[in-house]
Amino acid sequence: MDLEWMAWTPVTAGFFIAIGGMLVGMGIWQYISPTIERKGFLPIKTTRGDRFFIGLLTSAYINIAWVGLTSWSLWFAVPICIVWLIIVLRFG
Amino acid sequence: MEKWDNNNAWFLVLPVFIIVAFSAIIPLMTVVNYSVQDIFGPGERIFVGSEWFKETLANRRLHEALWRQFLFSGLVLLIEMPLGVMIALAMPKRGWGVSFSLVTLALPLLIPWNVIGTIWLIFTRPDIGLFGFIINSMGIAFDHTASPLDAWITLMLMEVWHWTPLVVLLAYAGLRAIPEVYYQAAKIDGASAWATFRYIQLPKMRGVLTIALLLRFMDSFLIYAEPFVLTGGGPGNSTTFLSIYLVKLAVGQFDLGPAAAFSIIYFLIVLALCFVFYQVLQNVGKGERV
Repeated sequence: MDLEWMAWTPVTAGFFIAIGGMLVGMGIWQYISPTIERKGFLPIKTTRGDRFFIGLLTSAYINIAWVGLTSWSLWFAVPICIVWLIIVLRFG
Repeated sequence: MEKWDNNNAWFLVLPVFIIVAFSAIIPLMTVVNYSVQDIFGPGERIFVGSEWFKETLANRRLHEALWRQFLFSGLVLLIEMPLGVMIALAMPKRGWGVSFSLVTLALPLLIPWNVIGTIWLIFTRPDIGLFGFIINSMGIAFDHTASPLDAWITLMLMEVWHWTPLVVLLAYAGLRAIPEVYYQAAKIDGASAWATFRYIQLPKMRGVLTIALLLRFMDSFLIYAEPFVLTGGGPGNSTTFLSIYLVKLAVGQFDLGPAAAFSIIYFLIVLALCFVFYQVLQNVGKGERV
């Protein structure tokens, strides 16, 4: 199947594989140990999936802010996003 | 753990998943791919990293379009939500009037969006349009092709006329679902009309109003066809909303990379706002801070 029209690059392929992998991982985690709604530092009660969504969305905004406000490489924002995602998942 | 015992229901979700994958996820992936490349033609592209995002975020016309879009959506929600609830409250509860009101209100929703733009384009023309002619005959100079304020007034009138019925229909459905015993209890307690609305009708309508608010916000934030036909984004850039600017960028100038970066930022804004709206409305009245 020719996927040239989708204009794939190694970077974007890696990005989607990472997102897909995380979703599958979250699904398996949910199957093994179903989430319990709770309240952390976020102002709403959240399930694990909610916190994952919030973490991903805010990570996207961190990247956008990084590009818009700094001239440094976007790769520096990646570890910040990973740490942020872990904080939201654990304490959110 | 019982809910995991029978997973056959997942097969029923599969067709929807496949449709969504083809209609939304794959195009979205393509947009992400385009956003990091300079596309010259089929097979001719260069990886540019976050360059288009940097350029898009510094684009002043985009900032202006974004604030315009927020203003438009804010005004739409401020007018349509209360107006829709008021009309729903005033609608007849039984008899032939119910069908008549519902059909009359549903009519604007059945008209194709570009036809709505054409109708209002003609309706508000100062020379041949009924509205434009009457207003100008009264000595008020009204021309949406020349004055930005007139263009905004026309757009708002069109939008309110077109979409308030949706809020009305949803609110009316919510009102009709309230059991009669609530009203009887309110009557016994001697509750005023306002108290009945505030403590019975409004909380019971929360679900449908959440849907109405989300639909109206998303639709108004993504509006394209009606203002494109009515004003074309003018006069000047006064009614150039995000989608109109995006189409100019992608189709008019064929700048697919910047347009894709712009689309992703646009999508993230919509996603975040809808999530916040949804959470706020779900938690209102639950006695917890949101």
